[in-house]
Amino acid sequence: MKRSIAFVVLLMMPYLLRAGEIPATGRRSGYSFMAPDTRAMQDDDTANPGMLWVMEGESLWAKQDGASEKACADCHGDARESMRGVAARYPAFDQVLGRPVDLEQAINLSRTRHQQASPLAHESRELLALEAYIAEQSRGMPIAAGADPQLAPFVDKGRELFMTREGQLNLSCANCHDDNWDKRLAGSAITQGQPTGYPLYRLEWQSLGSLQRRLRGCVTGVRAQAFEFGSPEMVELELYLMTRAAGMPIESPAVRP
Amino acid sequence: MAKALINVPAKARRGDVIEIKALTSHIMETGYRHTAAGEIVPRDIITSFTCRFNGAELFRADFFPAIAANPYLSFFMIANDSGKFDFEWIGDHGFSTTASASLSVVE
Repeated sequence: MKRSIAFVVLLMMPYLLRAGEIPATGRRSGYSFMAPDTRAMQDDDTANPGMLWVMEGESLWAKQDGASEKACADCHGDARESMRGVAARYPAFDQVLGRPVDLEQAINLSRTRHQQASPLAHESRELLALEAYIAEQSRGMPIAAGADPQLAPFVDKGRELFMTREGQLNLSCANCHDDNWDKRLAGSAITQGQPTGYPLYRLEWQSLGSLQRRLRGCVTGVRAQAFEFGSPEMVELELYLMTRAAGMPIESPAVRP
Repeated sequence: MAKALINVPAKARRGDVIEIKALTSHIMETGYRHTAAGEIVPRDIITSFTCRFNGAELFRADFFPAIAANPYLSFFMIANDSGKFDFEWIGDHGFSTTASASLSVVE
């Protein structure tokens, strides 16, 4: 009897382990799943189309806007100094709103609060350009989001969203990106879903896009109703993904297939 | 505002084969897509690219709707003289972008 129980426990072992998340040493960027051609495109700054947005962001950084007639640079100075490592720490807690905001929201809050300018639309060229320019300043730096203890409940909410099955296909993020990332789906690598390179140039999009755009694509893929851009759920998911990728280097602007 | 990324070696030895890379920002809207309301999205593409070296045409390409957004071109030349590259992209709705780069040839 004892032996048969031990045998059943042994049989169940793989299932018990599967519930575990990816250990820090096993984390892999989407880059490592890509073909050599696509890697070469990301590695060469004059072939990486994301750099077109970075260039545009650099000029927007110095451009006056809003009723204050101030540019980002008037308060923040040289982005290469002041924005170094910033993207690696977002989403971060906003004291006024009492909840986390992602980098795009932080840019728009700074526009409304300090520049007295109108917020930029989600996925607009200008917002992506500024985000790409800021994120590029953190290239190679380890992701360090979620360290603020005030963020803990929001990380938990994001984790819960990540683990919750939803949609007609009844899949959670974890079903693919924790449990099956080493496999392929219709010829494409599933990947671990590590958000190391956003905003990134996706060949499928023919454009730069945000992490939220990518998440909406995935949620629609499991035939669930996608959260709106900028919704608290989106930011909580982003926050969980960033804590899940803690320590991985930022690649922005990355290229993905 | 600079809308193109050019990659040309600044220096080359006479007789070297050098690679010229040019990437520009453009949506390359095919003209075949429809909006949710059923209206055609008007075509908006680059139609022609020219690279001149010291005024003489070095490379020219005609573009068509099947070419991806933010087109990237790479081509080669033999470095015989120092000089200046002039790049020009022309497209629908009066689109035009230019860029330049210089090459210095040493013995």
